Amino acid sequence: MGDVCHTCTACGITKARSLRTQYNVHKNSENDLVIALAGNPNVGKSTIFNTLTGLRQHTGNWPGKTVTQAQGNFQHRGRNFILVDLPGTYSLLSNSLDEEVARDFICFGQPDATIVVVDATCLARNLNLVLQVLEITPKAVLSVNLMDEAKSKGIHVDLDTLSRKLGVPVVGTTARTGAGLDELKEKVFQIAHGYEETKPISVVYDPEVDEVVQQLLPKVRPLLYGLNLNPYWVAMRLLDGDESFLQSLTRYTQRGELWQEGDMALCPQ
Amino acid sequence: MNSALPLSQMPVGHKARVVTLMLDGFSRRRILDMGLIPGTVVEVLRRSPLGDPTAYRIRGSVIGLRKEEASRIIVENQ
Repeated sequence: MGDVCHTCTACGITKARSLRTQYNVHKNSENDLVIALAGNPNVGKSTIFNTLTGLRQHTGNWPGKTVTQAQGNFQHRGRNFILVDLPGTYSLLSNSLDEEVARDFICFGQPDATIVVVDATCLARNLNLVLQVLEITPKAVLSVNLMDEAKSKGIHVDLDTLSRKLGVPVVGTTARTGAGLDELKEKVFQIAHGYEETKPISVVYDPEVDEVVQQLLPKVRPLLYGLNLNPYWVAMRLLDGDESFLQSLTRYTQRGELWQEGDMALCPQ
Repeated sequence: MNSALPLSQMPVGHKARVVTLMLDGFSRRRILDMGLIPGTVVEVLRRSPLGDPTAYRIRGSVIGLRKEEASRIIVENQ
């Protein structure tokens, strides 16, 4: 029933559902929520993944890529969450295969929420990726991990101030012991359902850049109908001449390709 | 003495502050993503036996850069 219309720009929800299947993410129930797990390499991302999902996980490859994909499930408040572990990256913009996979899933996999794991002992370096994720999606939760290591190094992270400045929930975690993971699950639950509103910090660009972006926006917006993607960010990628992103955008929004599935007859338009 | 020079010419053991990046496109992006933005302090840790690449300490982590990239990062002596 849900996959009636893959093509129609008027029904984003069903379209998003079909996009997810391109990533081998299959829901068992309509109520399942899909959560992306992003972060720099070596921040304990996999420990968080393993602790949350336990043995309820399976691994494979990202479709068409020799990049490992791990998926697992966890339950919270009676709901099932499908956690998708993304490759560890410092950025989503430099064009390595790992970054492409991570970026594409956050952009086109339409996760209900994205967890960004950062290293409490070198926060500054990690915040680059955080800002990049927040530019794409407001549905994000920050997990400041390795809190125990930070503490033993005498580093104190002011989680409340960080949350206020970033405009998204911030949870301190120590994945090794499981500390903070219950709170993380609760925040993910809130954000994925839209119970808690976020207002992510917006990166301010130079006036001359902004001016050109404003000119592009009216043309970019219609392309993104049904995709939960920030048009400003997309316009910036086009200005960057980001070929890899353009290819992905074409692939995932390509009306022609999806039309082949022959569901147009059911489309209300 | 605060003369600007390419990072590749900084001797081992010295610290330098990034002034500007003479890079474009994705290579510029990649360097920025490593946290090498103007004002960042970089320490030259060691050079590999053949002189390339070189290990640098940047924002608490150690990163290896090739001479080709490092020569396009303009720094001043700290």
